[in-house]
Order: sequence, then C-alpha cells, then structure tokens
Amino acid sequence: MDLNGVYVMWLREVKRFFRSKSRIVGSLGQPLLFLVALGYGLGPVFQKAGQGDYLAFIAPGIIGMSIIFTSIFNGMQVIWDRQFGFLKETLVAPVSRLSIMFGRTLGGATVAALQGTIVLALTIVVGFRPVSLTGIIPALVLMLLIALLFSALGMVVASLLRDMQGFQLIMNFLVMPLFFLSGALFPLEHIPEGLLIVARFDPLSYGVDALRIFLLGHGLFGIAPDVTVLIGAIVAFLVLGSYLFSKIEI
Amino acid sequence: MDAIIEVEHLTKRFGGNPPAVDDLTFSVAQGSVFAFLGPNGAGKSTTIKMLTTLLRPTAGTIRVAGHDPTVDPDAVRHAFGIVFQDPSLDDDLTAIENLEFHGILYGVPKETRRTRIRELLTLVDLMERKNDFVRNFSGGMKRRLEIARGLLHHPQIIFLDEPTLGLDPQTRNHLWGHVQTLNREEGITVFFTTHYMEEADSIAQRIAIIDHGRIIAEGSGDALKATTKTDSLEGAFLALTGSAIREEAGSSTDRMRQARQIWGGRRR
Repeated sequence: MDLNGVYVMWLREVKRFFRSKSRIVGSLGQPLLFLVALGYGLGPVFQKAGQGDYLAFIAPGIIGMSIIFTSIFNGMQVIWDRQFGFLKETLVAPVSRLSIMFGRTLGGATVAALQGTIVLALTIVVGFRPVSLTGIIPALVLMLLIALLFSALGMVVASLLRDMQGFQLIMNFLVMPLFFLSGALFPLEHIPEGLLIVARFDPLSYGVDALRIFLLGHGLFGIAPDVTVLIGAIVAFLVLGSYLFSKIEI
Repeated sequence: MDAIIEVEHLTKRFGGNPPAVDDLTFSVAQGSVFAFLGPNGAGKSTTIKMLTTLLRPTAGTIRVAGHDPTVDPDAVRHAFGIVFQDPSLDDDLTAIENLEFHGILYGVPKETRRTRIRELLTLVDLMERKNDFVRNFSGGMKRRLEIARGLLHHPQIIFLDEPTLGLDPQTRNHLWGHVQTLNREEGITVFFTTHYMEEADSIAQRIAIIDHGRIIAEGSGDALKATTKTDSLEGAFLALTGSAIREEAGSSTDRMRQARQIWGGRRR
C-alpha cells in the first residue's frame, strides 16, 4: 500500500466535491422531495395505522438513500475517467493498483458521508428530531461505514463496465432495488416472508437499521449484527473491487 | 551510445486475431529522438502500451531503462513520462493541481515539486494560466500541459503517442520546439509515434516504419530516402509498402474521440 497514492486519490475526490456547488445543491433535491412528499403526505396514514411519526421513521432511510446514490456514482466515476483518459494517468504511475482503488474508495466514501451529513441537517430542518444529541456521533460513524460499503461496490461495478451504456441498467437493477427493498421507506416487521428474505440480503437494510437505533432509539436487527454485516460487506467488496481493478487493461 | 530501450521479438495478439504487433525487434539509443512512423492501426499505440506497462506482451522481451516492464513495472514507471494520444488530464482541476497531483503520485518531494512545476510551466508557456481550470484550455494548451506533467518526475524517457494529432500547424511547430529543447538541454530520450511524414523526417534521428504490426524499415530519414531512391519519406513509404499511408477504418476509440469533440469533453 502506497500512502501517497491513497492520499492523492482521496484528495482529488474531496476537492472536486467542494468545488461543484451545483452538485451539492442538486443532490439535496431528491431527499427533500422524499421527505416532504412521503413524510408529510403519507404521515397521517402511518399515524392512523398506529406506527407513529412517519417523517421520523423515514429520515434515517432518506439519509441512507443519499449516501448510497452518492457513493455508488462516485465509484462509477472510474468509467468517466476511463472514457476521458484520466484513468491512464493513474495506471502508469509507480503506485500499486490497490492504493489507487483504496484511495478512490475512501475519497468517494468521504464525499458520500458529507452528503449524508448535509441530508441529516436537512431532515432536522423539515421537522425530524433525533432522540438524543449524543446519538448523532455514532450515527455519523455509521454513515461513513455505509458510504465505504457502497463506494467499494461502485468500484466493483465500474471495473466491470467499459462505458456509461450500462448506467441505466445499474440504476434500475442495482441502486433502486437496494434502496427500495432496504426498509428505508417501510417497516420490515409484518412484511411478506419473501420480501423480508430479500431485505435481509440487502446490506443497506442493516445500515438504515443501525441509523434508526441511534437516531430513533430502536431498530430491528440490533446494533451488533448491523455493524458486523456492514464491516463484512465492506471487506468483501474491497477485496473484490481491488481484484477487478487490478485486471483493468486500457 | 547505450540503448535505453531494447525490444526483442515483441508480439501482441488480441484474441484469435492476427497479431497487432508482430515480432518487433529494435533499440533506442539513450538521449536520442526516435520515431515510429506508420498509419493508424499499424500497432504503434499497442507497442507504446507494452513499453509503458499498460499491456502485457504475448511474447518477446522488453527492457526499458534496464528493467523489464512485466517483472518490475514500478521501476519502469519511474523511468518514463508519457503523453497519451487522447487527453488524460483532470478537467475539473487547475493546471497546477494536475501537476501537483502527478508529483505526489510519483513521490516527488515537496520542495523539488514546487521548483520543478515552476520551471516546466515556464517552459511550456503556461505560467500565466496556472490557476485556470483545464476544461477552459485549448487542445494545444492541454497537450503542452501534458508534456510538462510527463516531465515532472525527471524521467529518462518521454513517450509521445501522436502528440500533434488534431493540432494546428503553428501549435505543432511550437510543441516540437519545446520537445527539441528538452532533448538538447535535459538529455531526455524522446520516443514518439506519428503518421505525419514531415514530422518524423525533421525531428527524429532514427525512424522505424511500421505497418501491419511489423517494422518494414529502420534508419535515419536520409538513409531511408537513399535506400528507396526517393527524395521524400512519403515516396519511401510508398516504395516500401506499395501503398500510400492510409487511414484505417474508425475503431471504437475513434468514435469515442468524436463523441468527445461533440460534447466538448465536459462531464455531466
């Protein structure tokens, strides 16, 4: 592992993030829409069904949504770099492929976690109240874990695709299902058995569940299983991602 | 003079196709300017990719600055700088950030990096634009910045893959002026590919003419003209291959280049 390589790849992602104001503002539109339309729109129904405050329920889910979208697409930035040539510059550098891949993943994760933090602030603005202020700190750590997981997954996907033609495919068959089936928008209790099995295979389910534990005070799986699954998936995707990345030929 | 690049029986096959590079043997003397001349699709870029650790050869041996790219890629990577055929800068960073990025990646110490970047930006006449975003640069400015970047870590060899493709004649002359200065003043070995006859003739001390993955003639421009009994390299190419230099059908890379021209290289 070459620290210079890791650092510089991380720095590039973070620099680009702070520079693209339109990207930061733009990516807040969707979470805001979900919070307002679903939180306020479905709130009364949820309340009537005896489930409590829907806005509070989906707030962690929406934070998870913004993290998964940002981090997977940050990983897929590699495809752009391949198409626009910059990838070659990093591949002829005297730095291991592993450091390049790891630095990019860290950078993408940092950016996604920052985005998640902004969305957390946004949920508070629209009326969400976390159970305790101290719960926010572990929640931020968890957001970074979720971001790492999906940045690594983004790298896996990007190493497999040659151009942006596959973008729609990834969106419809990977990102959307991961989000909608994770229990971000509905409680996983009392759902049909088949759907629950699918949700249990979705790593985002555990991320959102852990966020609920710290922000709402209760979850479904428990913090230990949540964190174990998250870390396990991070390691698995990092290993797979660096293997695939090392195989890239221009 | 000692050879800094030695290639023996180099071959590259992609799948079951006829070899893209077929049994090449040549060497490049240290401190010289060497040109690979041939049409698109002749195997020039594939050869450069093998020399620069981006592709593994199917057969044959390569030594660049005394190291084998397949055995010790990082030693080879330290020894060369490269300007690719297609732009490879980060458009969302400034000129100086692109150089800083490269310097850190190559482990150039901070102080050396600062002075070297200043020197190189002056050399390629980009000092005044150093804080501008690369996306606002013209094609010629980008190419100059890439040359500066390729030289930042004091390489012994600089590879230039079709460095003047798509540039106007004035920019082309300007760029070759820089390259020749570098060769003279820093003693850098220059290895470039081109399909412009006059460039190979006027810039390079030795020229290898490559067609269908094979070297069909090698020597100085004058020697090539003498053996083929013509007064132009164009005539020499015609005499050697029986056909004028040609453009092969567009590859997927060419389509990508076209798309980039249409979209202006902007992301998102």
